[in-house]
Amino acid sequence: MNEQQQTLWEFMQQQSDKLLTQTLQHIGLTFVSLFIAVLIGLPLGIFITRKKQFSGPVLGVAGVLQTVPSIALLGFMIPLLGIGAKPAIVALLLYALLPIIRNTFTGITGVDAAVKEAAVAMGMSKWQVLFKVELPLAMPVIFAGIRTATVITVGVATLASYIAAGGLGEFIFGGISLNNTNMILAGAIPAALLAIIFDFLLSRLQKLNIKKLRTVTTDLPLLLLLLSSLYFIPSAYGTKLKAGFTPEFMGRQDGNLGLISKYGLKIQTLVINDAVMYKAAYEKQLDVISGYSTDGRLKAYDLVVLDDDKKIFPPYYAAPIVRENSLKKFALLEKILNLLAGKINDSTMTALNYKTDYLHQSPERVAKEFLVANKLWKPARNGNDGIVRIGSKIFGEQYILASIYSMLIKGYSNYDTSTKTGLGGTKICFDALTNDQIDFYPEYTGTGLLAILQPSPKIIDSLTHSKDETYNYVQKEFETKYSIKWLKPIGFNNAYALMMRKKQAKDLKIKTISNLKRFLESK
Amino acid sequence: MIKVQKLSKHFGKVKAVDEISFEVKEHENLILLGTSGCGKTTTLKMINRLIEPSAGNILIDGKNIFEQSPEILRRGIGYVLQNNGLFPHYTVAENIAVVPQLLKWDKKRTEKRVAELLEKLHLTKDYLSVYPNELSGGQQQRVGLARALVADPAVLLMDEPFGALDNVTRSKIHAEFKALDELKRKTIIMVTHDVQEAFELGDHICLMDQGKIIQDGTPAELLFKPKNDFVKEFLKEQRLLLEFKTSTVKSLWHLLSNEEIKGLGPGILVNYKDDLWTVLERSTFFNAERLNMMNLENKEMKTVSFESLMSAFYQYQKGDSHE
Repeated sequence: MNEQQQTLWEFMQQQSDKLLTQTLQHIGLTFVSLFIAVLIGLPLGIFITRKKQFSGPVLGVAGVLQTVPSIALLGFMIPLLGIGAKPAIVALLLYALLPIIRNTFTGITGVDAAVKEAAVAMGMSKWQVLFKVELPLAMPVIFAGIRTATVITVGVATLASYIAAGGLGEFIFGGISLNNTNMILAGAIPAALLAIIFDFLLSRLQKLNIKKLRTVTTDLPLLLLLLSSLYFIPSAYGTKLKAGFTPEFMGRQDGNLGLISKYGLKIQTLVINDAVMYKAAYEKQLDVISGYSTDGRLKAYDLVVLDDDKKIFPPYYAAPIVRENSLKKFALLEKILNLLAGKINDSTMTALNYKTDYLHQSPERVAKEFLVANKLWKPARNGNDGIVRIGSKIFGEQYILASIYSMLIKGYSNYDTSTKTGLGGTKICFDALTNDQIDFYPEYTGTGLLAILQPSPKIIDSLTHSKDETYNYVQKEFETKYSIKWLKPIGFNNAYALMMRKKQAKDLKIKTISNLKRFLESK
Repeated sequence: MIKVQKLSKHFGKVKAVDEISFEVKEHENLILLGTSGCGKTTTLKMINRLIEPSAGNILIDGKNIFEQSPEILRRGIGYVLQNNGLFPHYTVAENIAVVPQLLKWDKKRTEKRVAELLEKLHLTKDYLSVYPNELSGGQQQRVGLARALVADPAVLLMDEPFGALDNVTRSKIHAEFKALDELKRKTIIMVTHDVQEAFELGDHICLMDQGKIIQDGTPAELLFKPKNDFVKEFLKEQRLLLEFKTSTVKSLWHLLSNEEIKGLGPGILVNYKDDLWTVLERSTFFNAERLNMMNLENKEMKTVSFESLMSAFYQYQKGDSHE
């Protein structure tokens, strides 16, 4: 435990620049959104106390916005506002709106009617009643709303890294993809601390007596503005092209780190979520993205893979990895899973992915069509010799593979299956496997080597040029370290790749990563 | 001073106030009396335009109030609410200074006036920086009254001002209310459902029911010349008490004759203007056998026994009610 903390501390020291930048971005992002949310929410809340017929619709809409999953809301923003700070701020402020509007409304309507009547009867104008009586008396309730909104925003702001808006989410999601606990904690602990600290500070404000609140009410907007400005301090340097990489790619030796060390590539880089990255490239928000070579969206969005002429991306051959205990428990399992060995090459996989990702066909349908076409399909036997638990990571290709395996198992044995799809990144999936939550899932040799085993750079260098050496190495290591068996590879290589829009790449005559570097350095 | 002409207020189909007219003379206390829902509060709130009437006119000092901006109008009319309506986030001093602040008085003038009122209302200076929730109900009501009086408005509207107080505090405040010189210069309209309070404080009572004025007159007129059964019924429970309180020695003077009283018990000097209730209280307290009284107009003296006073009262009561 002590050692763990030590290394976390070391990690944070080592990455202190990044950590500071991300924290400032996080605070800035939170308060820009909060500031705008207050600017909109407070008047809107006051408005609906005056025109009560609007209170239902306004609170309803704000409530619905609150229930939209955050990642979906961020996704909606991309066609409208692109990627980066703008859509993130808009999405965050939409989340912050409800508590602010609702508490303003509740606070003001909750002011004692006799007090309001007295104010009017003394001869105050509408505005005087609002500013001298209603707002000061509603302030504690309004503050509570702002407090709730702040905590929500600090939390949701971690997702801003999905759309290249920065913040502590870069560490958190990078850490999850990279199986790097220290990285996760380096993002999660400051994020949690921010939430706690802001909540505490606002609670202190809330408890001040009403009289002092008058000065606070004037100082608070200034404070919010100041904190908001933090976001704009760490500004990125600009280059001719803009790259968007996933948090996982950012932290990997066979990703951005390799691009920098082996190619010397210098490009303005935004951290972005895989789910929106391709679309952002298509919409010309980004020029270069880090993708997977078999991704269906490659075809859908008319992108082209740049040739990795210095071979920094190791082979990523997919194969099911299975708990050895499960192989004993389900005697037929290994044979059935190997039915698929060598059956899917790169272009087949890309085509299958295209069907789910772009044509929006269900993974089950794509899986069945594939099996039928390859004469592997057998109707399910509906047996009850136990349940094989299949895992998959949270992207289309893994869903398809999981479906195919599920159909094979049901068709060729009396086992039933349960699929646990959408298990976040590598770390979540692999932890599920080692902790006996699933029996197997499809993994990639490169991921096994670099994200899970993490051997010394020397070993990596010696292995990654060869497909077979990599496979043999992970197979041996997994067996001894984790009692997990790599079965035969399925055939395709879903390696990392840099991609650009076909047309732009052609126009700029960029075919390889070295071309890209030369283009960026030319004046 | 205040003229209300054919005033109506309809809430949908309900006629809360139905074409009522009345008049209040300068420095007079008018009481709007009635059960809840009779329209008395609605009527009151139309006078400072907290409620806009459906029809009718209100003139204050000959000026139509609907031709002024409501804010300006209200700054010239004091208003006291049942639950005092003090601003909880303002100190006592700030609460009282609300209207001067709206009228943009300078600081010194405001402070002086606030201090003056506090003294008149028997609150010490220590209360200036106290918040309303730290005051007792009676104190809160006094501050509410001070707030209404601070800019010395000619008109004062009071909506059940003593309704939330306990009986002891209420009668204490009633006494203060009657003694307060500031109020003697005001034209007051007060809403109450309390018959005793109405008779004690009112120069003039409008008894209302279902949005209409049933009878408009002095307390004595309501008692001794009720217009119909509703008025009789309304006053029935407290009739004797009210009659004692509204009849003065003066009004019975012509029915009293000087007598020789042989008993050796004590005598008391009775004020010519006292009401019978006061006389009754004092004579019981002193166990008096002789009541000595003097007509202040012609200096005529009479000494009577309590029994004679009572029989004069019964005679008066009969005569008046059969008039």
